[in-house]
Amino acid sequence: MNDNESVLGSGGFRKRKHDNFPHGQRREEKENVNPSSALMTSFKSFQLELDTRHDKYERLVKLSRDITIESKRTIFLLHRFTSAPNGEEILNESEVKLDAVRRKIKQVAQELIGEDMYQFHRAISPGLQEYVEAVSFQYFIRTRSLISVEEINKQLIFTTSNSHDKQPHTWSLKVTPVDYLLGVADLTGELMRLCISSVGNGDIDTPFELSQFLRQIYDGFTFIGNTGPYEVSKKLYTLKQSLAKVENACYTLKVRGSEIPKHMLADVFSTKTELIDQEEGLS
Amino acid sequence: PLQHCLFVALLSQTILDNKGAYTALSTLENSLFTKPCSLSSMECCTISFSVPKKCQKAREHFATVRTQLESLKTKFPADQYYRFHEHWRFVLQRLVFLAAFVVYLESETLVTREAVAEILGIEADRERGFHLDIEDYLSGVLTLASELARLAVNSVTAGDYSRPLRISTFINELDSGFRLLNLKNDSLRKRYDGLKYDVKKIEEVVYDLSIRGLNKESTVGAGGEK
Repeated sequence: MNDNESVLGSGGFRKRKHDNFPHGQRREEKENVNPSSALMTSFKSFQLELDTRHDKYERLVKLSRDITIESKRTIFLLHRFTSAPNGEEILNESEVKLDAVRRKIKQVAQELIGEDMYQFHRAISPGLQEYVEAVSFQYFIRTRSLISVEEINKQLIFTTSNSHDKQPHTWSLKVTPVDYLLGVADLTGELMRLCISSVGNGDIDTPFELSQFLRQIYDGFTFIGNTGPYEVSKKLYTLKQSLAKVENACYTLKVRGSEIPKHMLADVFSTKTELIDQEEGLS
Repeated sequence: PLQHCLFVALLSQTILDNKGAYTALSTLENSLFTKPCSLSSMECCTISFSVPKKCQKAREHFATVRTQLESLKTKFPADQYYRFHEHWRFVLQRLVFLAAFVVYLESETLVTREAVAEILGIEADRERGFHLDIEDYLSGVLTLASELARLAVNSVTAGDYSRPLRISTFINELDSGFRLLNLKNDSLRKRYDGLKYDVKKIEEVVYDLSIRGLNKESTVGAGGEK
């Protein structure tokens, strides 16, 4: 590498660096650091320990990224639910996608066997939040209600696929309460989009239903207020904005709905959606 | 309404968990404040014969720390160490430094992770319960390095010319040890980047002594380097 540098680099800086090099070596010779001393041996074991830990962390970050991407795709797929005539098909397709995500989460759970989950929590938290968002979105479309943490965690209990094992080994990954809360907070953003696009499709019941639901979630979050983790209060602000957008949509629907025929409502709201999207881009 | 109950239940649990740990920690930190005082007075009289006595006294303080750590252990679920890690990691780092300093003054060796854990009454292994994280241990050791740089300067002022040379050997070994580690771009890495300034400071002291021939006269008695 040093050769490479001397070819690429020129001028005094490089030269100085080279001049310094032998000095450093000589110093170590003089100090005579014994590579097999107790201190050096223990540091070698520290090296191993730290490397193992960092490798595991990186693997988890990668898995978390994969989970995020797949969950996002599922959410986009579910957004097409309102416009597509074959709703059931899309729900099935999303289930297939979520199964793929769960397989990834299984890998995460395998990495975490015998570990303290909170040690690597920062690596996997974004992925889990996104997963909660996707699952709760699908659940909402199906049942029009909020999925509970218990329900989510029930789907995250895995058994070993080894058939020759008599006693199937089970392990599970638990979504932490905070991840769940943040996932639900993200869900509200998706619901806001769902509301606007459902109006665009001429569905005028969904917005009212959604504003009711969002208001409940917002109430829930205000109970937590500032006592929760930092991210919660940040998302609470976004949630409030989403709620306001939905409420405005409902207002317009009520006021203008009486005078505009149903087939023209779509036009009114398609311009409104653009407006909201622009706002989003700015914020 | 159902959702409300859910949210409140979830959060109140988290907050309650935190509170217990906090009260235990604040008492721990209070006892820490008394401790550095006794240690820094120790530095001033490093060359006097009272060093072993001061170390003895410092070790007594660790008894208080042990009981307080003991009560901290009971404040949270044992398998969720890393959930609340941030709350006590800096206290632990400070304690590692204090333990390492005492051990260095006693034997001029680097305290092992196991020994620190024993002094603090905690475990070295994660499996066995409340333990000392390796990164916290290493951070504490790096604090020791800066303190030794200070000690090198002050021992010259106090007329002890052999100690800086011994510190220099020690810190060079420590430096080559740390160079074995592949650190990530985290707080430990930042602390490690400061180590070279400590090494430099001590080298300067050794240089000042060598150029004036001051290292010779005392190393004869102390049986030092060469």
